[in-house]
Order: sequence, then structure tokens, then C-alpha cells
Amino acid sequence: MTLTILAFGVAKDILGGSSVRLDSDKELTIGQLKSELERSYPELCRLTSFAFAVNNEYAGAEQVIREHDEIAIIPPVSGG
Amino acid sequence: MTNIAISATRLDVQSCIDWAMSPQSGGIDVFIGTVRQMTRGKAVRRLEFEAYENMALHEMEKIAIAAASKWPVDKILIHHRTGSLEVGEVPVVIVVSAAHRDAAFDACRYAIDTLKQTVPIWKKEVFEDGAQWVAAHP
Repeated sequence: MTLTILAFGVAKDILGGSSVRLDSDKELTIGQLKSELERSYPELCRLTSFAFAVNNEYAGAEQVIREHDEIAIIPPVSGG
Repeated sequence: MTNIAISATRLDVQSCIDWAMSPQSGGIDVFIGTVRQMTRGKAVRRLEFEAYENMALHEMEKIAIAAASKWPVDKILIHHRTGSLEVGEVPVVIVVSAAHRDAAFDACRYAIDTLKQTVPIWKKEVFEDGAQWVAAHP
């Protein structure tokens, strides 16, 4: 399946755009996606931390990604 | 009752307060975030705010609902800006009305503290000589 991952803030700078596509021939968890992205974009490892959201909710490492989920990288937030 | 918004244009503090007025309320607590000139000894030219809008609205609504379940408040408004803001402009307004002031103060404090921890909004500080995303790196 092809996943589209939305990126914001510093993650947008690191990924070079507001979204990236990633092809996977197997089911991925958020934790596995995180490792994939860290391999492709090592600069992500230099961040204070970063989380993921699936369908507008924060997602844990164990969560399995489904085909049409909206996935986003959430770098450290700094609103207010 | 909650009133949640993300806006690319100027926040009108008075109309936020007007919305929170109610005959049951004995007081209104207002938090107004403002763009500060100096950060860690450097002069800020402007701040640029970016939001993951759908999720940010959802998280802001969750904060308002949680605050209303923790304290006896009448109305809660949380409005946040996106885009480029200069020194003295207002990125965030939180207004809480309640029958008694303790609930209004506590709920307002909770709302801004939680917003800063959970709502997917990011700010970039732009200086004379560069720019950086706040809190991104250790």
C-alpha cells in the first residue's frame, strides 16, 4: 500500500515538503513507520522528540496503519 | 458551551469576551498571548505560526471539554492564530466565564498550559540573522 505522511513545522523542512509518500508491501505499525522514516531522514533523530497522529489522534507505536488513514508527523508542538 | 477557532486573521479580543458574557457568570478570566520582542537575549522580528488545523481544532475542543468537566464554568473560548505575527500581536486568546472566579482562573490556566503541550501548532522565531522552529531541537 502507498501511505501519504503529512509533515508540519521542522518536519516539513526535514522531509522537504508538506507530505511524503511511502510504499510498503506489508502492514506497518507506527513504530515501524518511525524507524523507516528515521532511516530515510536521519535528521529526524536530532529532534527533541516527535510523535505521530492517525486520523487526527495521537497514535502509539503499536498502532497498525490502515490503507486510507491520515498520518502525520508531529514534531514538538510550540503553540500559544 | 465552547467556542474553538483557528484564524489566519487578527483575533478580536473584545468580541471573544463578549461571546463569553452570560447572566449566570460572576466573572470572566482572559488569557491573551502576545508576541514578545526578546527571546533568550535575541530580538525577534516576527513569529510564524503553522497548524495541523483539523487535529488542532479537535485537540482544542478536547481541552475545552475537559476543563468544563473539571471546573464549574459557563463558557470556554479558545482561539489561535496562524500566519506571520509581529511583536505585540496576539497569537492566542482564551476566555472562561464562570459563576465564581476560582473556577474561571483554574480552567483558563489549565487550557493554556495544556494547549502548549498537546495542540499541533508550531511557531518559528524569525530573527535578523536567521530563523528556528521553537522546541524542535534539544
